[in-house]
Amino acid sequence: MLYDLVIAPFADFEFMRRALAGTLALAFGAGPIGVFLMLRRMSLVGDAMAHAVLPGAAIGFLISGLNLFAMAAGGLIAGFIVAVAAGLIARATHLKEDASLAAFFIVSLALGVVIVSMKGTNIDLLHFLFGTVLALDNQTLVMIGLNATVTLLGLALIYRPLVLECVDPGFLRSVSRAGGVAHIAFLALLVVNLVSGFHALGTLLAVGIMILPAVTARFWARDITTMIAVAVAAGSFAGVAGLLVSYHSSAPSGPAIILVAGTVYALSVLFGRVDGLIWNLFPGRHLEA
Amino acid sequence: MTEQLRFRNLTLGYDRHPAVHHLNGAIASGSLTAVVGPNGAGKSTLFKGVVGVIRPLAGGIELNGVRPQDIAYLPQIADIDRSFPVNVYDMVAMGMWRRKGLFGAIGRKERDRVEAALAAVGLTGFEGRAIGTLSGGQMQRMLFARLLLQDARVIVLDEPFNAIDAKTSADLLALVRSWHAEQRTVLAALHDLDLVKANFPDALLLAREPVAWGPTATVLTDENILKARHMCEAFDEQAEACVAAA
Repeated sequence: MLYDLVIAPFADFEFMRRALAGTLALAFGAGPIGVFLMLRRMSLVGDAMAHAVLPGAAIGFLISGLNLFAMAAGGLIAGFIVAVAAGLIARATHLKEDASLAAFFIVSLALGVVIVSMKGTNIDLLHFLFGTVLALDNQTLVMIGLNATVTLLGLALIYRPLVLECVDPGFLRSVSRAGGVAHIAFLALLVVNLVSGFHALGTLLAVGIMILPAVTARFWARDITTMIAVAVAAGSFAGVAGLLVSYHSSAPSGPAIILVAGTVYALSVLFGRVDGLIWNLFPGRHLEA
Repeated sequence: MTEQLRFRNLTLGYDRHPAVHHLNGAIASGSLTAVVGPNGAGKSTLFKGVVGVIRPLAGGIELNGVRPQDIAYLPQIADIDRSFPVNVYDMVAMGMWRRKGLFGAIGRKERDRVEAALAAVGLTGFEGRAIGTLSGGQMQRMLFARLLLQDARVIVLDEPFNAIDAKTSADLLALVRSWHAEQRTVLAALHDLDLVKANFPDALLLAREPVAWGPTATVLTDENILKARHMCEAFDEQAEACVAAA
C-alpha cells in the first residue's frame, strides 16, 4: 500500500525518476539562496528576477527552438542585464532598487510572452510560464545538477562576507572589501538558480522553490546554519510530495510542488517552534530564570 | 612621540557637505584620546574616515605603520541588524577575520581564543545565544570580545558606553585601560564628560571644526564646551564652495 503510494511511481516510470532527481537538485541549490534572499530582504527581488529571465530564454527559443543551451544562455544574459540595469538605475536616479526592478520585470514578462507567442504554440507558452518538470531531458538534468553544485560551492566561498554584510556592514567594510564582490556573486548565483528553476517550474513559479522553503525555515530555526538545512529539507520534501500528489491526482506537477511547499509553510506559521502562532498563543507558564 | 595617525587638512562629509572641516593634527602612538562634541559634530564621520569606510572630500589621513584593515572599529550598535539569525560565538569569531579571511579554518587554538575573549567580557555561557536575545549591555560586551580578538594596534570606539549601565561601563572601561597599558592607540567618541576627565589623558573637542585638542584638562573647559554648543548643526543647502579647499 505504502509502496504503491510512495515508491511505485518512481520505480515504474523513468520520467518520474528524472523529475525526482531534478527537483532534489533544485532544492539543494535554491534553499540556501532563498534563505539569503529572505535575510537580505530581497524576497521580491528574487521574484522580479525570475520574470526577467523569461525574455532571454524566449529569444533563445526564437533563434534555435527548444534548445537547452540557447535558452539557458539567453536566460542567464537577460537575468544579469536586468540585475545590473536595475542596480544602476537605482544608483543614478532617485528611484529605489525595488521600484526599478518592479518596472523591469513586468516589462520583461510581457516581452517574453510576446516573443514566445511569435514562434511557439500555446503549449510552448504554458511550458515557459509553468515549466516542464516531467519532461526533463539528460542535458537539462545535468545543467540543474551543475547549477546546484556551483551554487553550493559559490556560497561556501562567499559565506562569511555575505553573512557579515547583513549583520554588521560597518564592521565588514572596516576589515575587508569583500562585501561588494560577495553581493555581485550572490546575484549571479541567484540568476543561475532561476535558470534551473525556470526549466523545471517555469518563470512564474521558479522563485517559489526558493522563497517558500526559506520562509518555512524561519519558523523552525534560530541560527542561519540550521535555517539553511531546514530550507533544503523543506524544499526536497515539497519536491517529492508534490510529484506524488501530481502523479496520483493528475494535477500539473510544477504547481503541485509549489502548493505542497505552500502547505508546509502554512503549517509552519501555525505550529513552527520559533515564533509560530500556536506557540505564541499558548506559550506555557513563564520560567524561573 | 611617534605619530600613529596624522590628519592633514582633513575634510570629510556627505554629498560635498563637510561634517568634519579642515582638521589638522596627529594622534600619538599609544595615546588614549576621547573625541567629544555635540550630536552631529562629526565624531562618527571622523571614525569612518579613519577606518576607510568613507573617503575624504579633501585632505587626507596618514596611517603610520598600520594598514586601514589593521584598525579595529566598534560601530554604533544601531548599525547592527540584531534580527539576523547569528549566534554570539560566530559574531565574536569574526574578530579573527584579518588572520582567517574568507576561508581560514577555526581550530582548537582559535576556539580557545574565542572562549578567552568571551570570559574576559563576562559572557561565558552565551556562545549559542542568538544576538537578537542579548540586552544592550550584553551586546556591547560581545562587540568588545570581538575587538579583543582583532588584537589591533589602533582601536576606534564609536560611542561605546551609550545606554549602558554603570557596571558594564566600568567593566568595558577597564578593558580600554588595559589596551592603553599595552601601548595600543585608542580613540573613543564619548558624551560623558566626567568619565572622559577621569580616564582619558587626551581629548579632541569637535564641532565640525576642531574647537580644542590636547590634554583633557585644557580642552574640556567651560568656555570651549560653550563654543562647541554654538556650532551650526544643519547643512546649508545654498553653501558656496569652500575657499580654503581651493
